[in-house]
Amino acid sequence: MPPLLSLLVGRAVKFCVGRVGASARNLPILLDFSGGGLRYANSPCPSESAELNGSTSLWGRVAAFSYHSPGNLIRMDWHILAQQLVNGLTLGSIYGLIAIGYTMVYGIVGMINFAHGDVYMVSAYLTAICLAVLFSFGIDSLPFALLATLATTMLITAAYGWTIERVAYRPLRSAPRLAPLISAIGMSLVLQNGVQLSQGAKTQGVPSLIPATLRFGEGNDFVQITLVQLMIIVVSLTSMAALTWLIQRTSLGRQCRATQQDRRMAAILGINTDRIISTVFVIGAAMAAIAGVLVTLNYGSFDFYIGFVTGIKAFTAAVLGGIGSLPGAMLGGLILGLSEALFSGMVNTDYKDVFAFSLLVLVLIFRPTGLLGKPEVEKV
Amino acid sequence: MPSTAASPAASEVRWNLVFRQAVLEAAAAFALALLLLGPIVGLVLDGYQVKNELQRPLLIAAIIAVGRFLVTLATHTPAGQAALDRFNARRRQPGVLVVSAAESGRQRWWLLAIIILGLTLPFLASKYWLTVLIQAMIYVLLGLGLNIVVGLAGLLDLGYVAFYAVGAYGLALGAQYLDLGFWSALPLAAMLAALFGGVLGFPVLRMHGDYLAIVTLGFGEIIRLVLNNWLEFTGGPNGVSAPAPQLFGLEFTRTARDGGVPFHEYFQISYDPLHRFVFIYLVLFLIVCLMVVVVTRLRDMPVGRAWEALREDEIACRALGINHVLVKLSAFMMGATVGGIAGVFFATYQGFINPMSFNFFESALIVAIVVLGGLGSTTGVIVAAVVLTILPELLRAFADYRVFAFGALMVLMMIWRPRGLMRPRRRAFEVKGLCP
Repeated sequence: MPPLLSLLVGRAVKFCVGRVGASARNLPILLDFSGGGLRYANSPCPSESAELNGSTSLWGRVAAFSYHSPGNLIRMDWHILAQQLVNGLTLGSIYGLIAIGYTMVYGIVGMINFAHGDVYMVSAYLTAICLAVLFSFGIDSLPFALLATLATTMLITAAYGWTIERVAYRPLRSAPRLAPLISAIGMSLVLQNGVQLSQGAKTQGVPSLIPATLRFGEGNDFVQITLVQLMIIVVSLTSMAALTWLIQRTSLGRQCRATQQDRRMAAILGINTDRIISTVFVIGAAMAAIAGVLVTLNYGSFDFYIGFVTGIKAFTAAVLGGIGSLPGAMLGGLILGLSEALFSGMVNTDYKDVFAFSLLVLVLIFRPTGLLGKPEVEKV
Repeated sequence: MPSTAASPAASEVRWNLVFRQAVLEAAAAFALALLLLGPIVGLVLDGYQVKNELQRPLLIAAIIAVGRFLVTLATHTPAGQAALDRFNARRRQPGVLVVSAAESGRQRWWLLAIIILGLTLPFLASKYWLTVLIQAMIYVLLGLGLNIVVGLAGLLDLGYVAFYAVGAYGLALGAQYLDLGFWSALPLAAMLAALFGGVLGFPVLRMHGDYLAIVTLGFGEIIRLVLNNWLEFTGGPNGVSAPAPQLFGLEFTRTARDGGVPFHEYFQISYDPLHRFVFIYLVLFLIVCLMVVVVTRLRDMPVGRAWEALREDEIACRALGINHVLVKLSAFMMGATVGGIAGVFFATYQGFINPMSFNFFESALIVAIVVLGGLGSTTGVIVAAVVLTILPELLRAFADYRVFAFGALMVLMMIWRPRGLMRPRRRAFEVKGLCP
């Protein structure tokens, strides 16, 4: 066993507060951020996942169960539903964090930043690299390692956001509307393949650092929430609250909102709009970095392709909540995460992405501005 | 230039300042490149540990810094300044180029030459280049189809590959379940794709531009995921095989398979597997020529003019009584039909298809073809499609860096020419006797 691994395992065992046996990786969590349906081959502990996600749908099992003992129907219903709610909340807060980057950029420059999902992917790699470097230097305080990783990842990812805006989008500020979109798609390819070229195409991972689990209920009917899941929910809600404060209460936030409302007028009033646009890219990238660190800690494995699907889903969340609206992005993320988890837990895992995109199409047809978006007034 | 008129001392002071600025900018670029590339390129994950390869980011950062230094210096020389001005002026060129009737008459000879070249090329090419040519033609067709939607009607469709997939699967599944041949599947698959376009487009086209982009993107993914997951019907990731085309019942196989007569036996020539590809290429080439004619004519017809008018100002068009949903829908379904036809050719040329061929990258590639070629410019789209399919083949030596270079090229192209390679041309109409 390599020294780093034994160290990590030692730390993990010491840190453990709940049941040691159920590591975060063994849970039948539906929080998968890998690319397509074919990439689940290395997902560990298939037996346990199959039990919850497999072919037997919830309704099938409820029916079978109620046939034997109708009295237990509600209890059975309750714990699976609650488990999916927990999973959905986790997934949703991640979507919300990434959606912030899309929605702020769209609000301020009116473009879909296709490279944002790949910025998130870069942050997942950075997390693993940071953790590995820290542990190889013999740092054995887990909270310190996590905080240092979070800070470093946010810093470097934010630098990525700034650079991408500077290199690929700023020269196109006055170009036709489609030009930045193509440039963004190009940037996304550059990031994906740059990472693939330098880090290799194989799936990478981090060891399970925090295997602690909280468990409610007894016997076979229980709801469990891992410490990492709890951390995801707490950290994302905190950072969303902090960001809302930043946008609503600070001078920088006022400048951002002014630039979003009318860029030319804001410039006339002395706001350096280029700097504000850069700031928005930096904030979005930093939020994606938080999501990247949390997902990497929770799921444990990633590859250079994860940015695409997660990015599209997060964008879906942003549109769902009303693009350009910050609370909308968070709400959209939570709704998408919850409905996706409930759908895959109760109906079918294979079609959960189809469900997510159908939800998007339906929302746009019946409420084109999203849930919290302001209706666009067309002026002649 | 003020510097040329200044005294030598002032010029020296100025150059010292420029030099200092260049050094500072190079240092900043070096630091930033090191921060960005240091961990990702320099520390390679190996299990739960990292391998130290820090010489790579150092080298790249040094190259970037030197490049930045030279560029900053160059932009301060008179020649560099002039180049920068030319560059910026070109970026601000207006959108449409008006071509006089005399000039468009001269272009006919070029057109004839290109058609003859296109028809003779497959007989000269090797099998490898023949497949590349077929691919290029498929992308030309896709580019032309999407050009109607994005370039002419101004509807950003990021899920165009869905219609391509519908066409391809229409041929493959039609052959499997309904026993359709290539020629009967061709119109049916095109109509099926148009139907899909209509069903998607009708509710969606009321929306504002960017929402359309994202809904079509979602739709493209839905089609791919359904094809991938519906194992019983589509074969899922394993794919399905597609039938080869026939020429009036003559098959392009060594021995007759579907009860027909092999092509080479009928014409008393020796069997050559290339015949099939040459045939596919020729049919495809004719369809592309037909498409070019159709698109050119459509642009001069009321519906084509309505497309372009809607692209420019939707509110004005609605005020003038144009039914915007129906006009947009016609463009959308037209594009879908062409996508479906391209899909049929893709399936028959590959002989086997699976959902992997219809991912978002394909959609992005087709949008890139249309935008790089110049929105609305038929010539530009054809050139971009041919270049973007042949360029990767020429870059095979750097196979690993191909997609990377492709992405970087997309960014650079957009910075260099945000309106694409060619500006759309509009013919000028001259009425004899009115113009002096």
